[in-house]
Amino acid sequence: MSLIIGVLTAGGVYLLLRARTFSVVLGLALLTYAVNLFLFASGRLTIGAPPILAPGVSRSTDPLPQALVLTAIVISFAMTAFVIMLALRARAELGNDHVDGRDPDDVRNREGSEA
Amino acid sequence: MNLSLVVLLPFVGAVLAGWVSHLVRMKSAWTAGAVTLLALLCLAPLAPLPFSGQTLVWRLGWIHQIGLDLVFRLDGLGLLFASMILGIGLLVILYARYYLPERDGLGRFYAYLLFFMGAMLGIVLSENLILMLIFWELTSLSSFLLISYSYRKPESRRGARLALAVTGLGGLALLGGLLLLGKLAGSYDLSVILTQGEAVRADPLYPPMLVLILIGAFTKSAQFPFHFWLPHAMAAPTPVSAYLHSATMVKAGVFLLARLFPVLAGTPEWTWLVIGAGLATLLIGAGIALFKHDLKGLLAYSTVSHLGLITLLFGLGTPLAAVAGVFHIFNHATFKASLFMAAGIIDHECGTRDMRRINGLWRFMPYTATLAMVAAASMAGVPLFNGFLSKEMFFAETADFATGFEYGWLLPALVVLAGVMAVAYSLRFIHDVFFNGEPIDLPRTPHEPPFWMKAPVAVLVAICLLVGILPALTVDPILRTTVTSVLQAPAPEFDLAIWHGFGLPVVMSLTALVGGVLVYGARRPLFRLATRLEGRLEARALYDGLLAELTLFAAWLTRRLDPGSLPWRVLVLLLTVLVFGVLGSIGSGSPLTGTRALLPVDGVSLTLTAGLILVTLVTVALHRRRFTALVVVGALGLLVALIFVKFSAPDLALTQLSVEIVTIVLLLLALYFLPQRGPDESSTARRWHDGMVAGLAGLGAGVLTWAILTRPLESISDYFIANSLPGGGGANVVNVILVDFRGFDTLGEITVLALAGLGIHAMLYGLRLPGMTQDADGRRWNWDVHPAIMAALARLLLPLALLVSVFIFLRGHNAPGGGFIAGLITAVALIMQYLANGVAWTHRRLSNNMLPLIGAGLLIATLTGLGSLVFGYPFLTSSFTHLNWPIIGDLELATAMLFDLGVYLVVVSTTLLILIHLGLMHRATHPGEESA
Amino acid sequence: MNHLVIAPLLLPLLVGTLLLVSRRTLSLAARRSLSLAAIFGQILFAIELGFLVGDGTILTYHLGHWPAPWGIVLVADRLAVWMLLVTSLLAGCALLHAMHGTDQCSRHFHPLFQLQLFGLNGAFLTGDLFNLFVFFEILLLASYGLLVHGGGAARVRAGLQFVVINLVGSTLFLFAAGAFYGLVGTLNLADLALKVARLPPEALGPAQVAALLLLVVFALKAALVPLHLWLPSAYAATSAPVAALFAIMTKVGAYALLRVETLMFGKQAGILAGLYTTWLLPLGLLTLVLGALGALAATELRLQVAYLVVVSVGLLISAFGLGTADGIAAGLYYLVHTTFATAAFFLVADLILRTRGWAADRLVPGPALPNAGLLGGLFFVTALLVAGLPPLSGFVGKVLILRAALEQPVWPWILGVVLIGGLLGLIALARSGSLLFFNVRGGGASAHLEAGATLPTLGLLSLCLALLIGSGPVFDLARATADQLLDPSDYIHAVLRPIGTGFEP
Repeated sequence: MSLIIGVLTAGGVYLLLRARTFSVVLGLALLTYAVNLFLFASGRLTIGAPPILAPGVSRSTDPLPQALVLTAIVISFAMTAFVIMLALRARAELGNDHVDGRDPDDVRNREGSEA
Repeated sequence: MNLSLVVLLPFVGAVLAGWVSHLVRMKSAWTAGAVTLLALLCLAPLAPLPFSGQTLVWRLGWIHQIGLDLVFRLDGLGLLFASMILGIGLLVILYARYYLPERDGLGRFYAYLLFFMGAMLGIVLSENLILMLIFWELTSLSSFLLISYSYRKPESRRGARLALAVTGLGGLALLGGLLLLGKLAGSYDLSVILTQGEAVRADPLYPPMLVLILIGAFTKSAQFPFHFWLPHAMAAPTPVSAYLHSATMVKAGVFLLARLFPVLAGTPEWTWLVIGAGLATLLIGAGIALFKHDLKGLLAYSTVSHLGLITLLFGLGTPLAAVAGVFHIFNHATFKASLFMAAGIIDHECGTRDMRRINGLWRFMPYTATLAMVAAASMAGVPLFNGFLSKEMFFAETADFATGFEYGWLLPALVVLAGVMAVAYSLRFIHDVFFNGEPIDLPRTPHEPPFWMKAPVAVLVAICLLVGILPALTVDPILRTTVTSVLQAPAPEFDLAIWHGFGLPVVMSLTALVGGVLVYGARRPLFRLATRLEGRLEARALYDGLLAELTLFAAWLTRRLDPGSLPWRVLVLLLTVLVFGVLGSIGSGSPLTGTRALLPVDGVSLTLTAGLILVTLVTVALHRRRFTALVVVGALGLLVALIFVKFSAPDLALTQLSVEIVTIVLLLLALYFLPQRGPDESSTARRWHDGMVAGLAGLGAGVLTWAILTRPLESISDYFIANSLPGGGGANVVNVILVDFRGFDTLGEITVLALAGLGIHAMLYGLRLPGMTQDADGRRWNWDVHPAIMAALARLLLPLALLVSVFIFLRGHNAPGGGFIAGLITAVALIMQYLANGVAWTHRRLSNNMLPLIGAGLLIATLTGLGSLVFGYPFLTSSFTHLNWPIIGDLELATAMLFDLGVYLVVVSTTLLILIHLGLMHRATHPGEESA
Repeated sequence: MNHLVIAPLLLPLLVGTLLLVSRRTLSLAARRSLSLAAIFGQILFAIELGFLVGDGTILTYHLGHWPAPWGIVLVADRLAVWMLLVTSLLAGCALLHAMHGTDQCSRHFHPLFQLQLFGLNGAFLTGDLFNLFVFFEILLLASYGLLVHGGGAARVRAGLQFVVINLVGSTLFLFAAGAFYGLVGTLNLADLALKVARLPPEALGPAQVAALLLLVVFALKAALVPLHLWLPSAYAATSAPVAALFAIMTKVGAYALLRVETLMFGKQAGILAGLYTTWLLPLGLLTLVLGALGALAATELRLQVAYLVVVSVGLLISAFGLGTADGIAAGLYYLVHTTFATAAFFLVADLILRTRGWAADRLVPGPALPNAGLLGGLFFVTALLVAGLPPLSGFVGKVLILRAALEQPVWPWILGVVLIGGLLGLIALARSGSLLFFNVRGGGASAHLEAGATLPTLGLLSLCLALLIGSGPVFDLARATADQLLDPSDYIHAVLRPIGTGFEP
């Protein structure tokens, strides 16, 4: 599990550091998966014990993290939607989809100088 | 009460003067004069107290906890200064009334002037040191305003800013020093502090405190190395120079030295710092003054040098030196103010202040000339004028002091040298201006100024003479009272006679006089020398350079820190996180793995893990081929959902699934407006270090998860499982938590959704974007009519999907499901319509204004919560009953479901709103599709 | 169970929703008056709550009638009410200023504004970590909306960066919350405080990491170095009333830091005791210096003000970082002052911008201002406030903080940094002032100010004046608040005391 979270985080961070809105959005999505899983896992993992009370079923997994994750999923959905639309707006206002709204060329120059 | 009134009046007057000038032209001068007079009258009845040895204290509580009250005190020192400030102030106002051109906006001038007067009175009458500091800073500010009074001249602006910067620095240092002093003495009230001298001087914090306070005093009194601001402050109108920059404000520094004399003086640190600064200033000032061709420049530097003289006297630390210091403060105020006014008159009459052009004015303005000459003589320290008396005491004191040390004779020698220069530049002021041939092409032909312009000068000069000739009758009692309050002890024996009999001081005075004459005689070569050194010893340039450098550095640093690029900012954030993470875990010495037994690794989880990792890597690899990347991310979402299933979280799985679908659809539609392929613009180096950061972040997250998962947990959740049915009336604990235990979270969550909808609506309303006409590989998009079968299928599916969503919604409380999932399913169903039938078709059937619906949902949820308030229970308290519906069977109805309904509405409408906006943009780009 | 506690939340929520539903139907005037009325109500609520908690009682509100730590609980203690009051007063002035044009360019301003307040008040009142996260999201999303409000390339660019950075911040918050739950299995702050104190030594590592993650999250909100980068561009780009309202946004971070510092990582916190105090002071001082340099380098007035906000954050956090009652009290006093002062400065900058023609608020010689006298006066006073010069409240705050700092062993550092920072600010502001008002050249300026345009600014300034005059009592209150914070046992007890379980008919 920790492996999965680790990899997801890594991937998300990498995409986050790209300079294009789209990949940033993807990165955020990956990070969201990671953190949701993390939150979910923070209640420890159990197999075959859904938190639904039924007569005769005694053991059940920790329901609270699940509720939190649900909330988190919804919120991150809202955020993702907002960012996408903002990206579109940015493209409309700035004419490109670079996160800094700059012309890619001078960005490349700057990176060249930094590298 | 009177005392505080003295301080308060000028401030009131300032407002008044500013206001009057709007009503009646040119009345502000009279207002200012009247106010000053009134203040003097308030002070007069209190004057006897100090003479009878009492100290008047008036207190009004403010922030008493930290010992900061509005408390004023009147003792000898305060009285002397207060009367100087008000008296000279009155004369200056009278003078300015004729000096300044008669035009509007003078209200501003007098307002500033009174503002300053009040602040200055505040300094000298404050009992509380912090209060004094407040007024101290106010004088700096008012001086800033007054110097930049004629703000269209660049030198005024620069001079003002320079003065503010230097005195501001001093003020801040002083703040630090006084806070420390207060800490040492246990109070900010002078009456306490003045008794704590021993303790304070013994404390280890004494040296830093002393330095800070001295910086404050030296900046204000233009002592070396902070002397350079004063000459530039002369850009102010001459009345201001006469008042602030010679008579009063610059005396605040030496006033402070006198004030704290009993507390701070007497230690070697004090002696060397103060004497050193004083001596240096004395010499430098006198030296430069001699070579200034500008009349005001000469006076400015001579002021600097005289302030140095006074500082030096207090540095000596002996009671008699203190007497001399106070005496010279008084004398200097009189003769220097009058000299400035005279200079102002000359400037006013001749239109220039250049002494190389102003010559032989004696014929044109004999009265003014006489007055000026008397004052100058007093400045030079010629017998029968007051300057002589204090200067001789000064010589005497330095001589006494010197006897104690080897090489001590240096001090008197240097002092006499300064005296020589003083005589020389005084002589120059007299000879160069009033005699020495004919004036050279003056802009105007000078003549005597109006009487009232000379009157103030005359008054001051009269004082010079009176004090100079009959000291014992005039100044003696004042001096004694003042000195007693300075020393906090009976004044030492001194007699102010013109002739003490022949002794070392007389010799020094004579040397100074004779030497001065000789130097002036030999001025021509000296001037030539000076012109060669011109600008070499200009501290101001240094300051400017420093400030410029600082600004450049600041700009550079700021740019370096924030090039305004997002990846950079994210990087900084992540690095901070990593650093803190490492700091937190390293050295904590806690084991990585806890004691909790792990789940057996079975095939399913193994494949899931493998698949997930693989897919993630693919996503990263393909992130520039956006469409592919998108699809892969979709797969990723599904895998995550599977994980939820595996680890017994059906609700999450459902949610994840539906959210995934909607998100992907959104991204697809959005992608339509974005470039299909991201350009490859990252250099390899950057990829590497990004990759490194990413790797570390991943590692960190993984390790943290591991460390936590392997530790046992006792959580609060048993309570939920226990109370879900009895308390919340639902078997699906997760859902009960969502709508009941933590319903408030959910309320917040749908608020977030609603806000997102609102924000997006606000952002995209009427936005038009060019879509891609070709996809990444150059194939044209296909505008064919949407495939009939799919359309039909979708329309068929709609009711079915809606039914399912209702079902999910209703059962949500007991089995996996709930308002949110139901909402998403509905949304998906409607999205299907979009995809299948096209925007136009759907729009004909669906209002495109969703915000009211969102609002309605939010409202329902909130009102449901409010419902419980009616029954006197807290917000969001739920209640439920069971009722047996036909067909559907037993179904329990909880207020929580109503709440859930709100959730449902918000979800559906928000999702649709977003889609509709995309649709609108879409249609805007392809009107042709309407036909479809 | 006193329903007054939740009133400051329900009012903006309901009004905001109403404004949302009736966007089309209500006239601008109606929307404005509704919005204003709501804020007025919030001010009243805050004052009334102030009377209730003034004597040290801590009001709790168990939502859904579930006992803590299982249900979500709202807690109104001195600190929370203190923040509520400041927020509502600030919001009133900002809204008044917004009525001079800003709220006309779209119908969404007022709903967003109210929901933003919902988020702010919620963040101050909630006693639950995850709920705090939710409210952070609310106020962030609202602020995104407000930030981009009015459009324009600069705003959208700033908005995009602001949003992404904060989303990363939110993710971190979730990581931190998850970590805490994973370690001690609870989310209620008071309960966390108890259980964190009981953590075994071998859990130090993860616990510290979780705590520091939380620190980073709040530091990001508070714009603490090195996480201050997002602030200047965002604040300089957005519209004046929004920037003015944002004056409280950084304070939310500061509030959260203070709350967590004292409640969870105070002296009694076992292995994590004093974890934050070690960090806040140095970070605060560093922020102060860098902010001052930024202000010195700024080429636009609004950017300069934004950097001065960073400076004030630095001073504020350093005060909290002292960890002593006097330090925290001084910080609280300064918080009130700086919130109003910086907000006022943004409004003044806007007034200048609007009347200065082509030169706008760029710090270059420009056309003479039509209302030079009035604006000059406002600028002068506001500059004094922000630079912390006598005789205004900024100076008092600075003295209070320095006085508290002198009790620390490291006082020379604090003294030096604060004084130097003050000097830099003074120099920068003197330059701007003399450029804007004295160094006049170029074509005549444009529009005069419409009547009453300066009222909101004057309102904020008079608040500062009231603060100055009432310094004594205010400081007493601040001191009492600090004492309450430094002894969290009351808080914990008040929150965790049992009530009846779920309500059954």
